[in-house]
Amino acid sequence: MGKARETLLGPVLDDNPIALQILGICSALAVTSKMETAVTMCLAVIFVLVFSNGAISLIRNYMPSSIRMIMQMTVIASLVIIVDQFLRAYAFDISKQLSVFVGLIITNCIVMGRAEAFAMKNTVGTSMLDGLGNALGYSLILLVVGVLRELFGSGNLFGQELLSLNTEGGWYVPNGLMLLPPSAFFIIGGFIWLLRSFKTEQIEQEA
Amino acid sequence: MPRDTISKTFTVALLLCVVCSVLVSSAAVVLRPTQEVNKALDKKRNILIAAGLYKEGIDIDAAYQSIEPKVLEFSTGEYVEGIDPASYDARRAAINPATSQPTSDSERAGIKRRAKQASVYLVSKGDRLDKVILPVHGKGLWSTLYGFIALDAADLTTIKGLVFYEHAETPGLGGEVDNPAWKALWIGKRAFDDTGKVRISVIKGRVDPADKAAKFKVDGLSGATITSRGVHNMLRYWLSADGYGPYLAKLKTQGAA
Repeated sequence: MGKARETLLGPVLDDNPIALQILGICSALAVTSKMETAVTMCLAVIFVLVFSNGAISLIRNYMPSSIRMIMQMTVIASLVIIVDQFLRAYAFDISKQLSVFVGLIITNCIVMGRAEAFAMKNTVGTSMLDGLGNALGYSLILLVVGVLRELFGSGNLFGQELLSLNTEGGWYVPNGLMLLPPSAFFIIGGFIWLLRSFKTEQIEQEA
Repeated sequence: MPRDTISKTFTVALLLCVVCSVLVSSAAVVLRPTQEVNKALDKKRNILIAAGLYKEGIDIDAAYQSIEPKVLEFSTGEYVEGIDPASYDARRAAINPATSQPTSDSERAGIKRRAKQASVYLVSKGDRLDKVILPVHGKGLWSTLYGFIALDAADLTTIKGLVFYEHAETPGLGGEVDNPAWKALWIGKRAFDDTGKVRISVIKGRVDPADKAAKFKVDGLSGATITSRGVHNMLRYWLSADGYGPYLAKLKTQGAA
């Protein structure tokens, strides 16, 4: 049971796809200015990653190696389109705000990376667990960045006002930088720093 | 068992494609009705926003009752009876040769054909016509932008709002056409000068408030020159004599009478 636990929880802090492998940064910058979009994006990535890992693991023994990459892409792209269609049907406003970024899950390195590095060699169950673990690792960063950006950028969380803004007679002067994508770089950088101060084994040795 | 023979490669690829396409197309087909409902609701919401009647959380269908849609013949500027405005689809009409015509100057809005008719939306206050909402569309950088412009019915010149409900411009650059701060710049601008010439323009950079013509100018979106120009060109086209010109002229004389 220890191994399953490690597959699931390892990627959350010990081997986080964003903080350690520095993959999938693009969407972490783009969709985290509000919690609403960040959470939707997390759910979309969880769904895609779990099922793409599962499906690819299921057919891994039948995949000719010459076309395995394109087959992985086909599976991932199909799942992403399905997610996109669902969002358009049931979360129209959010899907409008997420615009191209749902589609860009197709090119998210985490999804492709897990398919190639893990699902091609492991059983369906473990692969799905690995997908879930990595998606949770990705989600953790998105949520941390989202909370900080929305709270300090617009004084809200999930659109609910927490800090009263000075533009409406309150005391809080919002930090405009937080609403711009570069702020996510600083937050992710800070997060990596914090993580590595606790888990010193993640520090890369200089050659 | 060799996996990499040509026939095996083709078989596996074909099977995967069939499975994936069945999944994708069934999702698209099953979810389409819900998506259409959302789209229709979103269009109504944007009409209400253009009319200045929208507030967060209101019942869109109920608020929409106060808006009177009409189908309009471009060439005469007259309303057409016998076509249900709710079901009239200008986009479908624009690709049907019988119900569309080539635009005289296709460079201007980046559209080659347009429908001969359009659905316009009238907002009344009491029994007096308050605003006229006209659909506009034209090419931006990546996509065709679809939107509405609202004109004050009193002078048919003052812009009451401009919104886009469908586009695929770059988020953060051209996508800023959805930015409330930018949309607010349009309110109160004047589309025509006293001689009736279309003057509204989207300029590069910021409008100098001291400029005499400032009331005809709106700030361009920085980093989105082509989208800004697209908005400029589309308004120039739709408000001209080729677009809603005859209709607006007719409304004006009726108002005076």
